[in-house]
Amino acid sequence: MIDPNLNSNVFDENVEQQPIRKGFGEGLLIAGEADSRIVGLCADLTESTQMHLFKNKFPERYVQIGVAEQNLATVASGMAAMGKIPFITSYAMFSPGRNWEQIRTTIAYNNRPVKIAGSHAGISVGPDGGTHQAVEDMAIMRVIPRMVVISPCDSIEARKATIAAAKTDAPVYIRLAREKTPLITTEETPFEIGKAQVFWSPANGVEPQAGIVVTGTLVIKALIAAKALQEEGIEVKVINLATIKPLDEETIINLAKECGAIVTVEEHQVHGGMGGALAECLASNYPVPQEFIGVNDEFGQSGTMEELWKHYKMDTSDIINAVRNVMKRKK
Amino acid sequence: METLTDERIKELELKANEIRQSIIEMLLEAKSGHTAGPLGMADIFTYLYFHGLKHNPKNPEWEERDRLVLSNGHICPVLYATMAHAGYFPIEELKTLRKFGSRLQGHPHRDFLPMLETSSGPLGSGLSQTVGMALADRIDSGRSSDRTIYCLMSDGEHDSGNIWEGAMLAGKEKLQNLIAIVDRNNIQIDGFTEDIMPLEPLADKWRAWNWHVQEINGHDMQEINNAIGEAKAVFEKPSVIIAHTIPGKGVKEFERKFEWHGKPPNAEEAAVALNELRSLGGQISGYHND
Repeated sequence: MIDPNLNSNVFDENVEQQPIRKGFGEGLLIAGEADSRIVGLCADLTESTQMHLFKNKFPERYVQIGVAEQNLATVASGMAAMGKIPFITSYAMFSPGRNWEQIRTTIAYNNRPVKIAGSHAGISVGPDGGTHQAVEDMAIMRVIPRMVVISPCDSIEARKATIAAAKTDAPVYIRLAREKTPLITTEETPFEIGKAQVFWSPANGVEPQAGIVVTGTLVIKALIAAKALQEEGIEVKVINLATIKPLDEETIINLAKECGAIVTVEEHQVHGGMGGALAECLASNYPVPQEFIGVNDEFGQSGTMEELWKHYKMDTSDIINAVRNVMKRKK
Repeated sequence: METLTDERIKELELKANEIRQSIIEMLLEAKSGHTAGPLGMADIFTYLYFHGLKHNPKNPEWEERDRLVLSNGHICPVLYATMAHAGYFPIEELKTLRKFGSRLQGHPHRDFLPMLETSSGPLGSGLSQTVGMALADRIDSGRSSDRTIYCLMSDGEHDSGNIWEGAMLAGKEKLQNLIAIVDRNNIQIDGFTEDIMPLEPLADKWRAWNWHVQEINGHDMQEINNAIGEAKAVFEKPSVIIAHTIPGKGVKEFERKFEWHGKPPNAEEAAVALNELRSLGGQISGYHND
């Protein structure tokens, strides 16, 4: 059953939908109102990344960098050195895609609290095609020491994540998506950086037969899969893993102990992604069979979000199949 | 900026000489590191830390201090040596350069030496950090800020697009509180800059980015002093000082040779260098002839 703190209409056909990036824009505005140290920098994608809400309210704290993502990261590092809390935005493909070394050296190595918001991540960007579909961003960010990596599942969670990111001293990467997706969480749903959350549990205290760990846009698909599996008598537990790093190891290890099999679901390369982070944790602590839903070492292409999810085998039916497969591998 | 008296110039030149000796001594001890760049920039670093810079070695966190970012982190022996001589940490510590556990990492790292304004080494990213500092300073203090942000950078790193990006933004934002000093020594690891990737007309490039441009002899204390003074007087633009320097300056055997970019002197070469520095190029009798 779905967690009572979540949107009770989440399975309705006409559930309210918003782009995840919208929550970032709203969160940045709220954080900016609360803390005058916050500044916004953008590489010529101010409205696309929803930074315009902040810019319109605080024009004196906004810097238009132009199409120069390396400069975006390094200027932000300098502003942070003077006590500012810079948020930098572009498409994930370009930031952190193009400016990785600048992020590593001038932000993380320097221990500067710069917040990197990468919008239009994942293949769900759709028609723009593979050049604009960042499916490597979590991998390249989570290998950097000190970097916090957050991948919100909806607009409301993105807003909370943005406000929370502003309050940490760490550098943070926040992964955002372009297209509208259902509102899964509500104002009441708790959010804490580094805390995984149970979004779906078996009915009536039954033991789950598999665990699904999911992040970002595909959380809705995992919930629909869990509901469908329950209808055919298979009980699963679904964890929304909004923070990829630091990983909530306790929750993940307990899930492995409880379920004995795990399916990970993400709109990202399987190599180096969230599933990989789980596998690293579980291999050292409590190894269980794991199936990985994600992009399998290939690039994206044009299409609608739903067409692409189907093509790259990230749809509800793929998650259901993965659960069946992983259950067969249980000892 | 007042003109330097002859006496003050002499003091600064002698200090620069001491710092060059420290550079040779620390590189000899480290057995790796860069020689040419640090020697070439010793005069400018000496001028800044002993005359031009608003700072307090006993209180490195002083909020009102000027900020000095070294973009080309590989010349850090001159930064470390100057800071030590200025009183930031014991001169004796210079001998730990590049050794395990040392605060003086092979390229500057704030985790180890928090009094550094930034960690650096990968080329091309220092200018933009100072642009960010200057922007933040303007947000806090407006255009009448009394803090100056300095970027010390190399000529070779102009190959990097990140420099062009930062220069364009500073020009657009008219950052009058920003002064970049380019070590125009004409060498980089693989050879002469104009063979690797021609930078000329370098001054015109900076003018095109809407910077105030000056070219000086980077070994002349009076010229350095005058250029900084003029840069501070310019209100509508950021300023760049293209400082023509001789790589390896102070040791005849090292001067102008790009082979000295990335290697330290061995014991014999160090003895020659120290003798030359201690005798002020043979003007006085050396005391290191053994």
